[in-house]
Amino acid sequence: MSAPIVTRATRASRNAMVIGAVALIILAAAPWWAGRADMRLMSEIFLYLSLACLWNLMAGYAGLVSVGQQAFVGFGGYMLFALTIWGGLHPLVAIPLGGVLAAILSIPIATLIFRLKGAYFAIGTWVVAEVFRLSFAQVGALGGGSGSSLPVGIVKSLAASRSGREALSYWLALGSAVVIIGAVYLFLRSRRGLALTAIRDSEVAASGLGIDIWRTKLEVYVVTSAFTAVIGGLIFLQKLRISPDAAFSVNDWTAFVIFIVVIGGIGTLEGPIIGTLLFFLLRETLADFGTIYLLVLGAVAIIVMLKAPKGVWGLVRDRFDLELFPLSYRVRQQPNQKGP
Amino acid sequence: MIEWVNAVVQGILLGGLYALFAAGLSLIFGVMRLVNIAHGDLIILAAYLGLTTTTMLGVHPFVALLIVVPAMAGIGYVIQRGLLNQTLGPDILPPLLVTFGLSVILQNALLEGYTADPQKLSGGVIETASVNVGGMALGVLPLLTFGIAVAVIAGLQWMFYSTALGRGFRAVSDNQDIAQLMGLNKAHVFGLAMALALAVTAIAGILLGIRTSFDPSIGGGRLIFGFEAVIIGGLGNLWGTLAGGVILGVAQTIGAKIDPGWQVLAGHIAFLVVLAVRPNGLFPRVSH
Repeated sequence: MSAPIVTRATRASRNAMVIGAVALIILAAAPWWAGRADMRLMSEIFLYLSLACLWNLMAGYAGLVSVGQQAFVGFGGYMLFALTIWGGLHPLVAIPLGGVLAAILSIPIATLIFRLKGAYFAIGTWVVAEVFRLSFAQVGALGGGSGSSLPVGIVKSLAASRSGREALSYWLALGSAVVIIGAVYLFLRSRRGLALTAIRDSEVAASGLGIDIWRTKLEVYVVTSAFTAVIGGLIFLQKLRISPDAAFSVNDWTAFVIFIVVIGGIGTLEGPIIGTLLFFLLRETLADFGTIYLLVLGAVAIIVMLKAPKGVWGLVRDRFDLELFPLSYRVRQQPNQKGP
Repeated sequence: MIEWVNAVVQGILLGGLYALFAAGLSLIFGVMRLVNIAHGDLIILAAYLGLTTTTMLGVHPFVALLIVVPAMAGIGYVIQRGLLNQTLGPDILPPLLVTFGLSVILQNALLEGYTADPQKLSGGVIETASVNVGGMALGVLPLLTFGIAVAVIAGLQWMFYSTALGRGFRAVSDNQDIAQLMGLNKAHVFGLAMALALAVTAIAGILLGIRTSFDPSIGGGRLIFGFEAVIIGGLGNLWGTLAGGVILGVAQTIGAKIDPGWQVLAGHIAFLVVLAVRPNGLFPRVSH
């Protein structure tokens, strides 16, 4: 008789890890092989990928469907400007500090808007983002409604040469995407991640097993807000200019992110990666058509939601039983009298 | 002192418009638990339909209602049966994301069709006419808007509790499956509810268009105002929604009185305060 063994890793996931590691090395060397425009585009891709992973953790796992994450993107951006201009901090100190401040700020916000359920929660988060936008528009020292630019001295403090700065901000974008994907992956594999997955599958059953749903959701909300603010800081470190309308744009920082996750596959780790690649493919192809591309994007998202609610990755997974990030457990029969 | 009284009165009248934004939202949520993220963009769509009607036929915006109201009702029925009915279920994600997609589509379609230039419906003399009440000049248009809001909410209330259609709405709201067993076609009832909601939205859109200029991007803001009125008033209570609209309107005009930049912010803060103090709104529905 043989005992069945339980594993998480599969051959596909091990291969994916090797390919991922190789790809990462190639991407990290981009400053030596890619042009300036390509590096900017890739940085943008990594930052959107980070935002998509974070939104996916909230909406796909914790069931917190927010349409107000632009609140924290903009907050992180504004903190970069405020802390470097007034506080005299180095940008690389100001950005994580902005994340910490966002985490602190998100706790009272959560206690308020967690009172709203489901879709009303979504619009509540939007109200909070509008409060942020209108409040920062009142701060005259940061340019009020018209915004301000990052002073040259602060930009130069990153690196002396232009190419040095571009390489640094590229690595920061790549690094943040890797850190966030890794952190979400390890979190979901942990005990708490298991609790979160249980909540996603059934809140009633999860609470019956003794999981504190409110607290788990709060933790996810706070951590996501902090990371989103860090990404916001990195986004505006690339743009070097901030204004309330750009910082708290619902289209740029929420609509696109939602479409990325939905099209790629919500509630999976692979989904945001596939979705980001598809989104940028679509954008670069249809960019010449202006608003048409947004029409197409909206229509694609609706069709995916109705016809394939698990997104592109959901289709692939159902068809081939693939999992690149091994999260679920698999039971395998051990071959008889063979192996150690 | 009179200036502050004036601000409060103007706010109350403004609240009528917000109640009209909110009434459709409240109705749809009450009947099918759907929160329509595209609601604000549908208000703007109605304003643009009004613009096209008035310029093509050369009629007053109020006459254009004769075309825009049935058109929006038809659009509502088609959207509901063709799209939104498929999203209803225990999972909240599909309706939310589909209406979000719809919102982006509407916004960009309007942008494509009408450009981003601000537009306005010309109401003629009614825009500037005013009556003198106790030393205050009250605009005829805001008074009329408030009167229409009261009439629409009274009409919806009557329809909900005194007609066969309203009984159908309440039945599917209470229990969809049993209502279906009793011979109601819930897909059709939901279609009618959305048609009615968008008929109200059409009125709101036309009144908005006469009052201020509009462009394709402002839908989200109108959705938020309507949503705040619903939550302040208490879910499922139509008169509460009117009260919520009035509170929001007064908060905004008082905020604007203190500092013009604070108008919208003051409304949001009033909403958050109500949410903190009375999470179920000021007048939550006690029973059916």
